[in-house]
Amino acid sequence: MSNYSVIGKPIQRIDGYEKVTGAAKFTTDIRLSGMLWGKMLRSPHPHAKILNIDTSKAKKLPGVKAVITSADTLHIKYSNWRRYPHLMDETPLAEDKVRYIGEPVAAVAAIDEDIAEEALGLIEVDYEVLPAVFDPLEAIKDGAPQIHEGPTVKNNISEARHFEFGDVDEAFKKCDRVREDTFYLHPVSHAFLEPTNSVASWDLNGRLTIWTSTQTPYFIQTLLAMVLGIKEGNIRVIKPHVGGGFGGKMELFSDQYCAARLSMLTGKPVKIELDREEVFIATRRRHPMYYTLKTGYMKDGTLVAKEAKVYTDGGAYNAMGPTSLYLSGFFQIFPYTIPNYRYDGFHIYTNKNPSSAMRGFGGPQAEFTCDSQIDMIADDLGMDPAEIRLKNGMKPGHVIPGLAKVGSCGFEECVKKAMESTKWKEKKGKLPMGRGIGMGCYGFMSGGVFNWIDSPYAYSAAYIRMNVDCTVDVYIGSAEIGQGSDTVAAQIAAEVLGVPMEDVKVIRGDTDSCPPDLGAWGSRQTLMTGNAVKMAAEEIKKQLIEVTASLMVPNVVYDFDIKDGRVFIKDRPERGIELAEVVKTAVRAREGQALFGRGIYTPHGKGMVSPAYSFGAQVAEVEVDLETGKVNMIQVTTAHDCGQVINKLGVEGQLEGAFVMGQGYALSENLITDEGKVLNPSLIDYKLMRAPDIPDNFTSLMVETHEPEGPFGAKEAGEGLTNPNAGCIANTIFDAVGVRIKDMPITPEKILKALDEKKKKEGK
Amino acid sequence: MKKILNVTINGTPYEIAIKPKTTLVEVLRNELNLTGTKRSCNAGGCSSCSVLVDGKVVNSCSVLALQVDGKEVTTIEGIADGAKLHPLQQAFLEHGAYQCGYCTPGMIIAGKALLDENPNPTKQEVKEAIAGNLCRCTGYVRIVDAILATAKKLQEEAK
Repeated sequence: MSNYSVIGKPIQRIDGYEKVTGAAKFTTDIRLSGMLWGKMLRSPHPHAKILNIDTSKAKKLPGVKAVITSADTLHIKYSNWRRYPHLMDETPLAEDKVRYIGEPVAAVAAIDEDIAEEALGLIEVDYEVLPAVFDPLEAIKDGAPQIHEGPTVKNNISEARHFEFGDVDEAFKKCDRVREDTFYLHPVSHAFLEPTNSVASWDLNGRLTIWTSTQTPYFIQTLLAMVLGIKEGNIRVIKPHVGGGFGGKMELFSDQYCAARLSMLTGKPVKIELDREEVFIATRRRHPMYYTLKTGYMKDGTLVAKEAKVYTDGGAYNAMGPTSLYLSGFFQIFPYTIPNYRYDGFHIYTNKNPSSAMRGFGGPQAEFTCDSQIDMIADDLGMDPAEIRLKNGMKPGHVIPGLAKVGSCGFEECVKKAMESTKWKEKKGKLPMGRGIGMGCYGFMSGGVFNWIDSPYAYSAAYIRMNVDCTVDVYIGSAEIGQGSDTVAAQIAAEVLGVPMEDVKVIRGDTDSCPPDLGAWGSRQTLMTGNAVKMAAEEIKKQLIEVTASLMVPNVVYDFDIKDGRVFIKDRPERGIELAEVVKTAVRAREGQALFGRGIYTPHGKGMVSPAYSFGAQVAEVEVDLETGKVNMIQVTTAHDCGQVINKLGVEGQLEGAFVMGQGYALSENLITDEGKVLNPSLIDYKLMRAPDIPDNFTSLMVETHEPEGPFGAKEAGEGLTNPNAGCIANTIFDAVGVRIKDMPITPEKILKALDEKKKKEGK
Repeated sequence: MKKILNVTINGTPYEIAIKPKTTLVEVLRNELNLTGTKRSCNAGGCSSCSVLVDGKVVNSCSVLALQVDGKEVTTIEGIADGAKLHPLQQAFLEHGAYQCGYCTPGMIIAGKALLDENPNPTKQEVKEAIAGNLCRCTGYVRIVDAILATAKKLQEEAK
């Protein structure tokens, strides 16, 4: 066991006191003197030409300070795809046409919320309604309405992804058996509790400050600068506490732009807070996908070849869709080794709100289909599905040709631990009708290598200042959004510098004082920001050791270390100096300058996806009510390999939260639309899991490996855990009642219908 | 036309002039800057805005402020005893029963209402008591644990 002081311990989070007392400030809590309230006018049509917008009546309403339309913008197309301009397809406000219900058309700033709302009703927009298309399989047909024009879009396909390795066609010929299954994955909403919202304030020096609920302060700064036509350095993005993001707050949105633009026009701070209906209809959602999976295998369960074809419902704009599409194809071959693989994915525009990144980033769709099919293969062969998983599971050092190299990998141990803990062998296939046990597995990236935003900066950076009283200030640009990343950063600094957690302060969420960082997405903060923090802390550690060496003048063969407030000779731990003494001497020796360290991290030579991969296995038990079709979760066990655990309390919390989110994905959540209109845009009608729905028992098992690329050997624990849940639950339901649902979500109605069909087939 | 609201919030009496349609959550957040009470769905669907009115838990987005005239309201800011955290707050810290923290004030209020009425709840009773409170981060596991642990602690202290 490693001898750490704070790493790996169940540490209380550094933002706890604020959060349990209600003192924590979120963007929704920001009120500025003289602040105006902004509101967005949205399209009522899924597809329509804008013939004319008349804002004159709205502007005359007393209390209204400004009204903007696309005429007040620079008409710049933007998105996170700065490096790939052909994918940048959004404008701050609709230009010549609208492409989904809820698309922003105009915005108003007024002295109070009611007046702003009233003004929206006075804006007259003449639309010419166009034929619309809502299903990606319809949208790709010749003659379908064309949602975007432009040389790179044909049949509404904005991006196609293809990868292939091995000799797929030949390999299929050699397989004992081949099976092909089709699946449908439905759209779900991030449903973060803090609505998308911002307060922007333009000052007389020509600088803009925006408080906003975001996962990516740097993206907001960069893209706002681009669409407003001002310098990045003149924009200060402040990210207060964020009430959840899950991928739904990692892009620049129209309301952020409008708050800024309205503030520039009025000279007053402007607040725009989306109401819950707007959050549901006009922010992002997880991609619906039509998935066809063909897999060839041998009688002994060896997987030989796989072909996946995906048509994804991208909604009206690309958003992060091309990456979700890419990663869905990539994670389709996780965590099992497939020597021959072909993937074709198509990102298709439809007249619905844009699909984008959501926790798992294409992974939940991939693992649901992959793991459902693994169980079907096991059923075909009369094998234990866990054995197939073990037989084909990835191992350390696994190479995916042209795409990735896996470093540490505890997959096998995860499966074994989960089986042992749940008495798998005793239960699988042996439980009474209505009760079942099932497994789902996953692997996930520990930070993406993607730089769509075209940042010239390091992916992550940290500055650390050590003060004369041994307090440590850590400046990071990464985004704490509830996942506990600030605490992880503080732990890493505390461990390296040998100070207690309470002496570390994390200064974050402010582009004026913190270094740029690509933000919270792709499960990147522990590994990438963590490495930057470690490097910065080690730079200070080096300085402290130099001073100690000059004070103690030991034999040069000795090395020093710092731990628990002392600097000492590693091989002679009794010989050392108090850290406080060393720090004071160091500061004095440097003419009073505080100690300063800088750290950066950018992945180099790590393949096309990630520097490292997490792995895991999950086993669930359910009871299915044969009369109502309701699925009751009894227990869930997840064994997760996140390398060296940094904060046990944090990892367990992520495992539990991710499962329940996945449970909702599998069983109840569904953003239902009809002709492009969302039918359930409220937290009452959109069915999230509630406390009585969760499993009675949760077990989290840590499988610790050492990841050479991670700080102290750590990997991700935020997103990968979302990937196995739906497949695991589907497999569990199959074990319980013998029906296989491939069309998500797995509602009681579908289970009952399948049970009826099964009975008819069996002639009962 | 504004109306006068007289209400005691966290032990302090207030006299406030408000529009009649103003909801309690709007008074708390916009008039009194008690922003610990969160607004999320504004339709009674998530209970992020839970407060106690005369000891009973209510969604403050679904109550007109004038309906609490003459009553006592307790918000998350009034739960601790000065700098000393309420045992529920302490338990939420120790169990890691929060992540983003947006539902946390409402959860603690719901937990307090439960324990005030039923000091020794079962796990199922705790789950039912917070059934109206949505949390998108934690999966509720640690929230339930924290409330149960507080009940146990308070029972032991009472002995």
